[in-house]
Amino acid sequence: MTKIESINDFVVRFANVNGSGSASANNLFAKAIFRIGVPVSPKNIFPSNIQGLPTWYEVRVNEQGFLGRRGGVDLTVAVNGQTLHKDYRDLLPGGYFVYDSSKDLPDDFQRDDITIIGIPFTQLCNDEFKNPKLRQILRNIIYVGSLAFLLDLELSVLTESITKQFQKKPKLAEPNIKALELGYDFARDHYPDTCKLSLRPSDRVGNDILMDGNSAIGLGAVYAGATVAGWYPITPSTSVVEAFERYSKKFRVEEDTGRNKVAILQAEDELAAIGIVIGASWNGARAFTATSGPGISLMNEFLGLAYFAEIPVVLIDVQRAGPSTGMPTRTQQSDVLACAYASHGDTKNVLLFPCDPKECFEMSADAFDLAERLQTPIIIMSDLDLGMNDHLSAPLNWDDNRKYDRGKVLSAEDLDNLKEKWGRYLDVDGDGICYRTYPGTHPTKGAYFTRGTSHNEYSAYTEESSIYLAGMERLLVKWDTAKDLVPAPRSKIRDPENKVGVLFYGTTTHATYEAISRFSKKGLKINSLRVRAFPFQKEVIDFINSHETIFVIEQNRDAQLRTLLMTEDGVSPIKLQSILNYDGLPITANFITDKIDNLLAVEEQMGQETKGGKA
Amino acid sequence: MSFERPTFRHPQQAKNEAGYTRKDYEGAISTLCAGCGHDSATAGIIQACFELNVEPHRVAKMSGIGCSSKTPAYFLGRSHGFNSVHGRMPSIATGANMANRDLLYIGVSGDGDTASIGMGQFAHALRRNLNLNYLCMNNGCYGLTKGQDSATADKGSAGKKGVPNPYASIDLCELAIELGASYVARGFSGDKKQLVPLIKGAFAHSGLAFIDIISPCVTFNNTSTSTKSYEYVREHIEATNTFDFIPLQQEILADYEEGTSQAVTMHDGSIIHLHKADSSKDVTNRLIAVNNLETEKAKGRLLTGLLYVNQEIMETHDIINSTLRPLNSLTERDLCPGNQALQKINDSLR
Repeated sequence: MTKIESINDFVVRFANVNGSGSASANNLFAKAIFRIGVPVSPKNIFPSNIQGLPTWYEVRVNEQGFLGRRGGVDLTVAVNGQTLHKDYRDLLPGGYFVYDSSKDLPDDFQRDDITIIGIPFTQLCNDEFKNPKLRQILRNIIYVGSLAFLLDLELSVLTESITKQFQKKPKLAEPNIKALELGYDFARDHYPDTCKLSLRPSDRVGNDILMDGNSAIGLGAVYAGATVAGWYPITPSTSVVEAFERYSKKFRVEEDTGRNKVAILQAEDELAAIGIVIGASWNGARAFTATSGPGISLMNEFLGLAYFAEIPVVLIDVQRAGPSTGMPTRTQQSDVLACAYASHGDTKNVLLFPCDPKECFEMSADAFDLAERLQTPIIIMSDLDLGMNDHLSAPLNWDDNRKYDRGKVLSAEDLDNLKEKWGRYLDVDGDGICYRTYPGTHPTKGAYFTRGTSHNEYSAYTEESSIYLAGMERLLVKWDTAKDLVPAPRSKIRDPENKVGVLFYGTTTHATYEAISRFSKKGLKINSLRVRAFPFQKEVIDFINSHETIFVIEQNRDAQLRTLLMTEDGVSPIKLQSILNYDGLPITANFITDKIDNLLAVEEQMGQETKGGKA
Repeated sequence: MSFERPTFRHPQQAKNEAGYTRKDYEGAISTLCAGCGHDSATAGIIQACFELNVEPHRVAKMSGIGCSSKTPAYFLGRSHGFNSVHGRMPSIATGANMANRDLLYIGVSGDGDTASIGMGQFAHALRRNLNLNYLCMNNGCYGLTKGQDSATADKGSAGKKGVPNPYASIDLCELAIELGASYVARGFSGDKKQLVPLIKGAFAHSGLAFIDIISPCVTFNNTSTSTKSYEYVREHIEATNTFDFIPLQQEILADYEEGTSQAVTMHDGSIIHLHKADSSKDVTNRLIAVNNLETEKAKGRLLTGLLYVNQEIMETHDIINSTLRPLNSLTERDLCPGNQALQKINDSLR
């Protein structure tokens, strides 16, 4: 048997029972790797359940900084009896199977291509600790201690973390450190020179931070000056508003009065949540809500109102696996079409696609400027993987000179100085965006009646076809204006001669870059474009036009972004070949590499057949 | 279509203390059916605003969908208005109110908009005791879609189609009292004398003021078999009390007879003086208030007037302890923590 050997490049998977306190132990492990300067990416694969069901925690360690999922597991820590068989089966040949040997492995565990490392976690724990509550938690800390030995991680990194964590309760630090040592010592005494996976301190993390996307979005909303949030709890978006609330408690309390400079309302449902946002935005506050697919479905009617009555909305969609309730704790990018065209009638909404926490923060802040500038819903398309997992990210930054772009709003003074009759839906400067007023601005000027029914330029109700048509056409002018304002795509031409390019967005980014890099190493330089917004800008279409074949990589079944490219920009379907992962788990570099390999082989074969005259 | 009203008025039209004439509180010409109860309710709102010296531009009026929800176009043309989607006026009003606590919010809804499609939002606006004047123009039917029964239609009542409604009706006032509204009243669009003080009391009240305005539909539900016709309502109406609304700083001139009168002081210092028809009808006690409604209902009577008022319940802004400044007036300086704070957050994430 050949053992997998690697320094700073491997995948560790913890198989746990949820609700057993494993999260903090697993976190401790991931954070320790981060602290020795090695890029790390932990992913929670958890059930829609509070206690008792299987949950996994997959830690990708990669010196080069590729932090999407790779595919395959090199070392498993199997402490969940329910999934023992599966975890054993799924381990890569040459891998390491660490299990709780307080109980023997079943007889049918007969693989001879892996290394078995049995450590009696439960036994060690029960012998040492008497408090039954603590036992369950500390058992997890013991396996972290064992891993430290197996992977050559300095125990001091972990003990420092523990000491820091329990700064205010040093009494709790003590048993935790003891547990670490128990695990470490047992592995040292029984499994010396067994594991060929190794961690070495590095400087590759640099100045980066470890943060989840939802917190970054919530923080972005604080920085952007959001003052009203209406929301309804739904996995995986809940922690966006929770983060907003946490940071608001820190930054938004009036010093002299103790009152809050923010209104956060847990609504009765998603309809009310977005209604609150629309009412607040209409009244001149920056407002937002966060939800996931089922909430998007419920918000459809209101989104159409905001589109047609032209009211700013910032909506965060942390996507999960659909349809219907789907897999609430699994990830997907499957709301793209539902969001792009949310609501009945001819409606289109602006979408932003962040790929890491830094972009979550920036796009969250930008979304408020865009929503007020464009007077329309802006939907941030995050997903469970980005939102709920910690990601290595460049540090966040804020330009203190930045002013909020409140868009076209007339003050009392502006109204007094107007020479011509003001119309709420009168496009005076040709960009499709009209001036609005906030209620209460002026005693006699600027009042208007907002409605979802057809209206003329002065916001009066009308059923006159020509006026209706003019309004609908103007919204398209605004749509074109949006293209100049939304975040530009990121493209990389690695080989101008290569006629094959890949196109992707959001959390597909990291695994795709890793796959591209693998091809580059083999001499095939693939050009790439990362879409960051909808509507698509000219650069996106130019990129597609300058290649013969584009692989569109997405995490949904129906190739939704591909559909948008075809529908909105008339791209030929033959040109766009899909690579689709929609099993609910984050897409892996292995998956993308295999698919590109296959598609390239087919291309080549077709090319030869064409030459041979068979086609 | 909405039609603008002719602007010509008598040059000596009376002005209120704020310097506005009645005309300043009017809106576009109503396109509702001639004789519609909603137009009388609209006139009641206009009169209440005029008499209370409300500044029109400090009012925001919102509605859902339906005949009643059209009415905000017909009053307060100098105020911002928002005709939203069916049953969702409360959430729009909630957001608007959160953004600026300094305006007067008038939410207009109907029985379909409130008791059916919007029941959830109605219930939760009550529960939060949002500082909103929620006026429900209740005619027991869906007018715009030609007369279907609504959830407030009484069992056995029949409109123009002649088919008796087989379902129990929802009493919005009882619900409002139970779910946390702090001012609950019922008026009749045909009795402006009672309705106007009820609306004025609502405006002075801080918290959710709900007024169920029985407002007959002349086209589809004004038949002899309907319990929401002008005739039926007039014959079956029973008032808890009559009352005088005395705005802040106005001298109390009337003499109130002891034992039959009860004074309720509103948040803004205004006083409501109730003259009870029956001394048992205490409107400051929730249990008694619900009991009053049920007792009259059992007798086949429709109880109107101020049904319940409680000045102790906190409104939403107080519950969430939000700043006294309107949130929409805060700027970067108030809201953005700045880069230095952000760098500290970065440090905490390393």
